[in-house]
Amino acid sequence: MSRLPFYLIVGALLVAGIAASIQRHMQFEIPWVPGEQRQVWEIEALVNFNAQNGPVSVNMALPSHQEGFRVLTENTASSGYGLAYQADERGRRAEWTIRQAAGMQQLYYSVQMLVSPDSSSTLQPPSSPPPDIAWERPYDTSASQIIERAWSRSANTATFARELIQEINGDSQGENARLLLTQFEPSPLLVRLLNQAGVHARVVSGLVLEDGRRRQELTSWLQVFDAQKEKWLLFNPLTSQQGKPENLLLWESNGEAVLEVEGGSNSRVSFSMLTHYQPASAAVRNHLSDDTLLNFSIHSLPLEEQALFQTILLIPIGALVVVFLRVLVGIKTSGTFMPVLIALAFIQTTLLTGLIGFLLIVAVGLVIRNYLSHLNLLLVARVTAVIITVIAIISIFSVLAYKMGLNAGLTITFFPMIILAWTIERMSILWEEEGPKQVLIQGGGSLLTAVLAYLAMNNPWVRHITFNFLGVQLIIMALILLLGNYTGYRLLELRRFKPITDDESKA
Amino acid sequence: MNWLSWTTPKRLRDKGIVGMNRRNIRYIGRYNNRRLYPLVDDKLQTKLLAQRYGITTPVLIGTVSTQFGVKHIAPMLDGHTGFVIKPAKGSGGKGILVIEHSEAGIFTKPSGAQLTLVDVERHVSNILSGLYSLGGAPDVAVIETLINFDESLLAYTYEGVPDIRVIIFQGYPVMAMMRLSTAASDGKANLHQGAVGVGLDIATGTALRGVQFDRPCHVHPDTGHELASLVIPQWETLLLLAAGCYEMTGLGYLGTDMVLDKTHGPMLLELNARPGLAIQMTNGEGLRPRLDLIERQKIALSPAERVAFAQHHFARRSELVTGTDVDAIDA
Repeated sequence: MSRLPFYLIVGALLVAGIAASIQRHMQFEIPWVPGEQRQVWEIEALVNFNAQNGPVSVNMALPSHQEGFRVLTENTASSGYGLAYQADERGRRAEWTIRQAAGMQQLYYSVQMLVSPDSSSTLQPPSSPPPDIAWERPYDTSASQIIERAWSRSANTATFARELIQEINGDSQGENARLLLTQFEPSPLLVRLLNQAGVHARVVSGLVLEDGRRRQELTSWLQVFDAQKEKWLLFNPLTSQQGKPENLLLWESNGEAVLEVEGGSNSRVSFSMLTHYQPASAAVRNHLSDDTLLNFSIHSLPLEEQALFQTILLIPIGALVVVFLRVLVGIKTSGTFMPVLIALAFIQTTLLTGLIGFLLIVAVGLVIRNYLSHLNLLLVARVTAVIITVIAIISIFSVLAYKMGLNAGLTITFFPMIILAWTIERMSILWEEEGPKQVLIQGGGSLLTAVLAYLAMNNPWVRHITFNFLGVQLIIMALILLLGNYTGYRLLELRRFKPITDDESKA
Repeated sequence: MNWLSWTTPKRLRDKGIVGMNRRNIRYIGRYNNRRLYPLVDDKLQTKLLAQRYGITTPVLIGTVSTQFGVKHIAPMLDGHTGFVIKPAKGSGGKGILVIEHSEAGIFTKPSGAQLTLVDVERHVSNILSGLYSLGGAPDVAVIETLINFDESLLAYTYEGVPDIRVIIFQGYPVMAMMRLSTAASDGKANLHQGAVGVGLDIATGTALRGVQFDRPCHVHPDTGHELASLVIPQWETLLLLAAGCYEMTGLGYLGTDMVLDKTHGPMLLELNARPGLAIQMTNGEGLRPRLDLIERQKIALSPAERVAFAQHHFARRSELVTGTDVDAIDA
């Protein structure tokens, strides 16, 4: 029988598991290690305007995912207003509407932006050629002279834009620029000049982030489309510096108005902001993402179910430890996966109390089971009697511990009844059939396995990985399949078969 | 036991030692169909099957399968002075009651302890209610005649009946050992409980070396008798019987437990579909070269031909033997 299908399955599981994990890491930026802190900016926009006693419609640009930032959550507060979000390829906008409003109005919008260095924007390239620009006399000559000067001193789109900014706002500002500035604002002027030269350009609005600032205004930034590199370049229209400063959040990045108010006057928008750090996992939980089937995540479940799943997803890790210890090391355990269930109980009780409680219950249970064995009962009746005994022992220990002020003693109730009863039953049969030495070997092996499984399952790193990357389950599956295929020696066999190899060295 | 003495995987591989994982996957998993396990796990089935295939087993006196039948046990035992009562699905020798001598309602065990008919009846009743079977499943009590062990071998054992384990691979006898009970093993022939294992040469049935608790030993710890002089009588007959178990069960990798009766010669006691690996320790040699050789055999042979093949190829003399071993056999 060919083993090829087997290795294909293992390979497919490995690839799928690794790919799914990497995809989650890339797409949702879930870090590989727990405890990583992420910077989050909390920004609040306050829209003020005077309503003119009639229907009002307020349309405001909203920030989107972009280079360096990612939208986590957003909220609005606007009593009495209807609200709709719109999103298309030209950006996201919020629209507040009301039938009747008068006087001073305040609308709030707050957003949490996650600082994520590898986030990228999805800016669309312009579809139409730059609009034709018509200048009145005598500005037309000034404009073409400025363009000509900047053109001759530049090599490409980026340097051309830089030179133009220098011409308008910088040290090389000349007569022509001063003339044009009497008629135009600097930023729209730059856009006009660039369009005139056949280069797409637009003014976008950015917010300079500074912790704890209030009543901040948006600033204008110049975006120039580099047709060769097929991307938008950002310039500071005052300093001609190229590139986005780290603390600049582009609030509106499509060259459109930030705020449009119908039925109101004196509208303005101001911003206040705060930054704080939070664990990366929490940042992920707040993720505002599209809930598709492909986005298969436990995070979409209610919190209570999430906590349950966190434990369930750890069981394969414990099972992997058991398979590893039995197949590669050769440790004997009583019952194949009983150690995993004991380890699960340890997670609830903490290790030391768990160990002491377990040993106490099993020891007392063994003594009582020893008496029961004299009664020659049928198996089912005997195990049931042991279960009732275990319940009694647990109750007594819990009450005793409580009276003595040991709250830790109460946690022994976390031990699954049936597991304790079976352990006692098996140990006592083992004692009768094989003697106390085997009880020590198998019981000790079980307990050692349980402790190792507990250490693996309770590891914060393992918890983080299993909970956040479901693909890891496929990898574990592949590993277990591979271990099930292992025909080599177990570690303890190296000791067991030692005497045979001794002869060889003598010969 | 020295916990600090370890060997390397390479040296074990060079010796051809088969490990537990390899045994499970490569031999038991591949050659033993699970469907056939009940044939060996149920001693009554094995016995009936052996009778059909003409393989000698201890004579069946009778079986008890209902609590009602327990009351009729006395007439069944009439005329048998010595007998053995065992659970059909018992494991590890549990629940086996050996009566060496019975007279006027008094039953004497080998240890000298005396039982009444009521004691025997209760034992049978316990067997039926599943006290000794795995998982407490209802069971059947099998009563068979006592084995009168060949006297020439009595000096090598303490209390219990020594048995001879032969590993049969695809019908070929591969390796053999004798298991001698000791005081440490409480009269049981289980190696991990402290019985002495003596490796046997497949060609001649002579002792190769002795092992107790996985460590070499040269004399029986209780009787003080030297192990090297051990020779199994009627060796070839024994191998033939063992090899025939392959046809009987269809299991490719099989452990056969044989005993030597004073009058009936070699007999099949029970079969094991998952024989342990300690036999390699007692032989001082790995199973792998022999298993590999048999896997390369393409032609189906009769049991007698397979035994001859094994005796020819697995004779210790023809393989790498330490000088002392050859001397011991020749002497």
